[in-house]
Amino acid sequence: MLKLSGVVTSYGSLPVLKGVSLEVKGGEIVCLLGGNASGKSTTMKTILGTVPPRKGTIEFDGQRIDGLPTAEIVRRGISLVPEGRRIFARMTVWENLVMGAFTRREAPADELTEDLERIYGLFPRLRERRDQLGGTLSGGEQQMLAIGRALMSRPRLLLMDEPSMGLAPALVDLVFDIIREINSRGMTILVVEQNASVALSMAHRGYVLKNGRIVMHDRASALLEAEGVRRAYLGEA
Amino acid sequence: MSLWMQRTALFLLTLAAPHLVPNDYWIGVLTRICLYTTLALGLNVVVGFAGLLDLGYVAFYGIGSYIYAFLASPHFALHLSFWVALPLTVAIAAVSGILLGAPTLRLRGDYLAIVTLGFGEIVYLLLINGDRPVNITNGVNGILGIDPPRLGSLTFSRNHEYYYLFLAFLLLALLISTRLAHSRIGWAWQAIREDEVAARVMGINTTKAKLQAFAVGASFAGIGGGLLASWQRSVFPDNFLFYESINILAMVILGGVGNLAGVVVGATLLVALPEIFRGFHRYRMLAYGLMLIVLMIFRPRGLFEGNRVGRREPETSTLEEETLSLVEPGPPVGQ
Ligand SMILES: Nc1ncnc2c1ncn2[C@@H]1O[C@H](COP(=O)(O)OP(=O)(O)O)[C@@H](O)[C@H]1O
Ligand SMILES: [Mg+2]
Repeated sequence: MLKLSGVVTSYGSLPVLKGVSLEVKGGEIVCLLGGNASGKSTTMKTILGTVPPRKGTIEFDGQRIDGLPTAEIVRRGISLVPEGRRIFARMTVWENLVMGAFTRREAPADELTEDLERIYGLFPRLRERRDQLGGTLSGGEQQMLAIGRALMSRPRLLLMDEPSMGLAPALVDLVFDIIREINSRGMTILVVEQNASVALSMAHRGYVLKNGRIVMHDRASALLEAEGVRRAYLGEA
Repeated sequence: MSLWMQRTALFLLTLAAPHLVPNDYWIGVLTRICLYTTLALGLNVVVGFAGLLDLGYVAFYGIGSYIYAFLASPHFALHLSFWVALPLTVAIAAVSGILLGAPTLRLRGDYLAIVTLGFGEIVYLLLINGDRPVNITNGVNGILGIDPPRLGSLTFSRNHEYYYLFLAFLLLALLISTRLAHSRIGWAWQAIREDEVAARVMGINTTKAKLQAFAVGASFAGIGGGLLASWQRSVFPDNFLFYESINILAMVILGGVGNLAGVVVGATLLVALPEIFRGFHRYRMLAYGLMLIVLMIFRPRGLFEGNRVGRREPETSTLEEETLSLVEPGPPVGQ
């Protein structure tokens, strides 16, 4: 479904991704591991086109998407839950969700209403708080809102950048349950995590990124046992 | 009283206003209220809607005034009609908004404020020094003898005539602002104001949306500048001091950033209060300053709740209506 080949991305002259190749197949949960500053978020931004790649290709459903504007990439079915959630603090929950559908300008209103209902079904908490400002939600609720907002563009591939970041352990489990649930309904997911053991227990396959290069990839269960993973994602050695 | 009746009453009041004030001087004050409200509505698009703190807004006001003066005065012996010169002025002001906006696209908050402040000063210096080596702006002497607007057989000369002209443009600015607040681009601006990175993730072309905000803001300033030149019949660099940027910004903040009714009230108060305090003679500006401080202490978010664009009024709009405003074809921001 998604295929990166030799992707190089730089900020200014400094290359951050130095030839990343990875693949996500339809229906999978793929986990991208790596220590701090290894380029995980940059990989996500490159796929979504908010930062353009310098070299390499990105294919989605067999078509090149590198170089396309973000709006077009979102319209084709990729959506990102950004690192740190980044919900719109002074907009209501409802407005945040509607904002997620920004690229669906031709969608009839009842279709959007239907999608909102589906998201409220997934996150009943959001329905209760739909007129509350996003900034007043708790961390866990904000994460649900960020996921719900990303789903409003009707993606087929959901990118998630450290969805467990800054959440209490109980909430981390909840978020991963949600990811599993969304996946079981047919969503393909590429998730970035520093929390390797939890992430791998849910993913089908995983990649380990280090200094802008993929240094390891395997089935999740195999990675979970691999000695090198702990070292890699801790950024040691 | 229904919203519609309130609006009608308010509109009739603005029509009758010149006949309700004691003298011609006050009709001039009313005219200035219309002028500054138009300017404040323009700055509100940039600061209130898109969240871009622009401290050099007076630059566009100055550019508008001078362009109008160039097009309709003996200075270049061009005597274009008001109805031709003003649209041209607005177009040029909009382009200047894009040109001055473009270098600031990566800047936010304080940095944007400093750079725009610099632009305001640069334009002022250009106006003052623009008489050498080639005389373009006529330097400190300004441009005199600007043509008054004509409409049919009427040549504008008296304050109440200008008042109705200015009021018409104010209403136009208000109408455009209202439409923008509830349009796709209004949503895009609001998202950018809240979180630019997230806005980009939603598929909003933030570069384009910000330039559109600068262009719309500068257009309103262009209208204001053209109106000022045609009313004052002369323009001078000192009409466009930094103080004016702050004054207009204060109008936006006082009423409630992003809130249209607030901007109107803010501009009205800030033009009218110094006049009301005239009786205090030299303590006039002191009284005015104290008034501002007291207001901001008791209403820190402005007289009206600010910071919300295209606010959903639960009783007046349904979910469907608002959703439609998001998906209806508008300017192609998300391209
Ligand atoms: N906007 C940016 N401008 C310049 N450098 C950046 C930017 N974003 C990230 N970087 C740098 O790129 C490297 C990788 O960052 P990132 O992809 O965010 O890592 P990760 O998500 O794995 O922690 C870091 O060294 C970071 O400092
Ligand atoms: Mg990161």
